[in-house]
Amino acid sequence: MITKKEVEYVARLARLKLTEEEKEKYTKQLGDILEYINKLNELDTEKVEPTSHVLRLSNVFREDKVRPSLKQEEILANAPEVEASHFKVKKVIE
Amino acid sequence: MAEYETVIGLEVHVQLKTKSKLFCGCSTEFGAPPNTHTCPVCTGMPGVLPVVNRQAVEYAIKSALALNCEVPSRSIFARKNYFYPDLPKNYQISQYEQPLAQNGYLEIGTDSAKKRVGIARINLEEDAGKLLHNIGSREIDGSLVDFNRCGVPLLEIVSSPDIKSPEEAYTYLTTLKNILRYLEVSDCDMEKGSLRCDANVSVRLVGKKELGVKAEVKNMNSFRAIQKALEYEVTRQIKALESEERIVQETRLWDEKKERTYSMRSKEEAHDYRYFPEPDLVPLVAEKKRIENIRKTISELPDMRRQRFIKEYKLSQYDAGVLTSDKALADYFEQVVKSYNNPKMVTNWVMVELLGRLNTVNKQVRESPVSPGQLADLLKLMDKGIISGKIAKTVFEEMFNTGKNPQAIVQEQKLVQITDEKEISRIVEEVLKENPDAVEEYGKGKQKAIGHLVGQVMRKTQGKANPQLVNKILKERLLKK
Repeated sequence: MITKKEVEYVARLARLKLTEEEKEKYTKQLGDILEYINKLNELDTEKVEPTSHVLRLSNVFREDKVRPSLKQEEILANAPEVEASHFKVKKVIE
Repeated sequence: MAEYETVIGLEVHVQLKTKSKLFCGCSTEFGAPPNTHTCPVCTGMPGVLPVVNRQAVEYAIKSALALNCEVPSRSIFARKNYFYPDLPKNYQISQYEQPLAQNGYLEIGTDSAKKRVGIARINLEEDAGKLLHNIGSREIDGSLVDFNRCGVPLLEIVSSPDIKSPEEAYTYLTTLKNILRYLEVSDCDMEKGSLRCDANVSVRLVGKKELGVKAEVKNMNSFRAIQKALEYEVTRQIKALESEERIVQETRLWDEKKERTYSMRSKEEAHDYRYFPEPDLVPLVAEKKRIENIRKTISELPDMRRQRFIKEYKLSQYDAGVLTSDKALADYFEQVVKSYNNPKMVTNWVMVELLGRLNTVNKQVRESPVSPGQLADLLKLMDKGIISGKIAKTVFEEMFNTGKNPQAIVQEQKLVQITDEKEISRIVEEVLKENPDAVEEYGKGKQKAIGHLVGQVMRKTQGKANPQLVNKILKERLLKK
């Protein structure tokens, strides 16, 4: 169902560092889950619309009105490091 | 050398002009102090729910209709997953399957050479934060993030690969920007980042069916820069093909100073955004009636307005084209004409004097220190003979520099035209006395000498004498001699 390589790829996308044992374990577990879900493919869904949402709701809007934001110091309290009222992170320039 | 053809597709992002963000009530105002327009929703705190801004959806549908798109009855949001410090949720709410609009087109070019460029799709999505890598000239040992822009509504307009040259790309962009400005859905100001453009470009041998390997070019900060970057890329790719090098699919950045593109260090894997339907947002349903109501809010578009200017004001193709190329300019023109009904004269003053001065000081029409009413007043003063055409230019200059009314300037600086024949005769006498040589030459049949004499009269009156009267009186006086 799923290869170890695919597990490594997905882990990299999710920025997860896995040990060799974990890779083996998750390959089996994820494979089992996918196989189980795969049972659904046995059903004939020819005439069923794809579902993206389970609620029977649409067009939930808010009006275009400005509401107060958080104070600068409140949001910056979440920053690993602050410089010149900005969040400071590792250099990301290419 | 073999013959190549160029294939270009453009991806344009414009910020919609809403007051608040796409999914929360934070302000979208440009230029606020960093990190002062944020809340738990736009910074991706756990447990919050986004709610769609109705106005943003209406602007998006309005734009889609003006770009001749189909607006499907149902569209959904999707999560585009990637890690980057400007994206606090680690996903961008965008659209993927079932976009807001698709299969439209934009007409570009002049009446004689019209062309349709397909609009493949239009997505409504949220902007990311802004990254700063240096403060002024000071390098920082990290990157700085301002989340004010995070969550501002964006319209992503993706063209089909129908554009055949860098020049055509430029025309496409100016046409698109003009339409969006006419719709009043976006400022489309590249300097403020409210319009951004990435370009996909490839070349292939003429007659070949399959597309060549493309490069995605980014980091251009003006339409001219986009054109130049594309020209550079086309040349680079043809050279590579000619020397049988392999072109790799990659993202390249434009270096404005060196006027070249360079390869962005390619990320270790291809983009895999793992899109999936955004579970926090219910689908958008566009009922026929609502779409038709939005269609009614579309005012005259640039092309229609140009046609009308030609018909209604008897303007040339060219003049009408320039005047309607910017909604603010066309509005300005019509406001002047409303109070001074001489379209040809207004066209000249707007296109030569106004645009000339605005260009020199690098200002937009919206920022013009001279209002349409003030320009109309100036033209009326000229029409009534209170000031001469030459003086009018001086007055305009003063109006532009000070914002004062023309009447005030004319009075303060005593610029009222001299139309009193006695007064002019007196000055003519003086000039004749002082310039016997010119008088003699004229007597010998040198007609041109009169020009010198007229000039002297104008100089003595600082340009205020009515030129027709000066001419008439001078001629009469010289004939008597």
